[in-house]
Amino acid sequence: MANPDDLRYSKEHEWVRVDGSQATIGITSFAAEELGDIVFIELPEVGATLSQFATFGVVESVKAVSDLYSPVSGEVVEVNEALRDTPELLNADAFGEGWIARVELSDTAELDALMDAAAYADETA
Amino acid sequence: MSTELKRTPLHDVHVGLGARLVPFAGYEMPVQYTSIIEEHRTVRSAVGLFDLSHMGEIEVRGEEAVSFLRHGLVSDPGALEVGQAQYSMACNADGGIIDDLIVYRRTTDRYWVVCNASNREAVVSHLEALLERGDFGCSIEDIGDRTALVAPQGPNAAALLAELTDLDLDAIGNYRSADGDVAGVPCLVARTGYTGEDGFELFCDARRAREVWDAVAAAGERHGLRPCGLGARDTLRLEAGMPLYGNELNRETNPFEVNLGRVVKLDKGDFVGRAALSAVQQSGPERKLIGLRMVENAIPRAGYVVRADGADVGHVTSGTLSPTLGDKIAMALVPAGMAGIGNAFEVVVRDRPYRAEQVKLPFYRRPRD
Repeated sequence: MANPDDLRYSKEHEWVRVDGSQATIGITSFAAEELGDIVFIELPEVGATLSQFATFGVVESVKAVSDLYSPVSGEVVEVNEALRDTPELLNADAFGEGWIARVELSDTAELDALMDAAAYADETA
Repeated sequence: MSTELKRTPLHDVHVGLGARLVPFAGYEMPVQYTSIIEEHRTVRSAVGLFDLSHMGEIEVRGEEAVSFLRHGLVSDPGALEVGQAQYSMACNADGGIIDDLIVYRRTTDRYWVVCNASNREAVVSHLEALLERGDFGCSIEDIGDRTALVAPQGPNAAALLAELTDLDLDAIGNYRSADGDVAGVPCLVARTGYTGEDGFELFCDARRAREVWDAVAAAGERHGLRPCGLGARDTLRLEAGMPLYGNELNRETNPFEVNLGRVVKLDKGDFVGRAALSAVQQSGPERKLIGLRMVENAIPRAGYVVRADGADVGHVTSGTLSPTLGDKIAMALVPAGMAGIGNAFEVVVRDRPYRAEQVKLPFYRRPRD
């Protein structure tokens, strides 16, 4: 699936959609496809503080356990509860229904360390 | 040192199907074609097609082949009729498992030993060492490289195969085999497998593997066939409670610990490992392989610590989310005295204990008609 142009991307295959002082984060379609059937996700707690490029959760496919690395720093204000029972949304719609968390950004300057869609497409080519 | 991976004769087929290929036991093998869960369900409900050409085949032939195998393996191949197969193991003198394998009696004095790819050299060495020590009138030959193995597995496997062979498949019962043509290619057609479903393993000349695969795949279109990778093979065998070498089985584990004491025939006469295994049988195994079902929401994985009443007591040998049952399941080795259906354990996942309950093995048993 094409990487949406309005998102920023990390080398660890997470995406960020900025909306004012908040951002929605998730994993890319590329990551979901590489993982295979995702059967479990360990979400961060609301109120947790995330640090850019540090782990903030876990996704598990049938075969493998993988850490999630936050693309931004900030406080978690909402998590996608639907993923607890239907983690397959991460495979089906990674950039939409498969969003993972909303974060109150602590430093918008961090976004400069992320890639745009074209650079991320090169990264995963 | 070269670490170049070997390829099965069906490598091009896998690439053409867009399989994800991974290193496995020195081979480049398909782990999945589309989705492990879909492939798993296909084997439970229709028929899946596996390339298992990496498996090791060793031919033992000669007048004393059977007495040689009785010495080299823990089971009693002397009980086999021509055309019959037997699950067995090779153990070392300490009773540790070198490999688990299947012995096929091909003719009166010709047997095949089919072993795990990762242990092929170990099994060959074990048998060669025994051959040098004893005065056995037989020879052994590693025929793994020239033998391919294509396995249609699932409830539709027999109907599918019947379209491609003149063999009377009804006459080939579970753990039986027969020689015959499949799509014009001479095969050993065995009703064996590692999925918990009905199914066949078709051994043929590696040079003709493509013909067999293509014919089975083409006929399979009417039977809901999908090619299946090693990922589904692993979840299928785990649901069926079948041990995997390297997970449940290794040289530090004996057959009695993993509920396979019935395979060991202590009264057949001398064999490698007999004294050690006899002692284990007398005293009872110290550990026992059990089935666990998670009560709390976490997926158990190989190597995770198992606790009882807050104390570390063992480890998970294999674990997954069961595609058929929807449960999070595991096999684990724990002290034998702690085992009991319904007993409470905890599995430590990322430093946190999650509750689990011991359940009966296998987790899944196929419906029989």
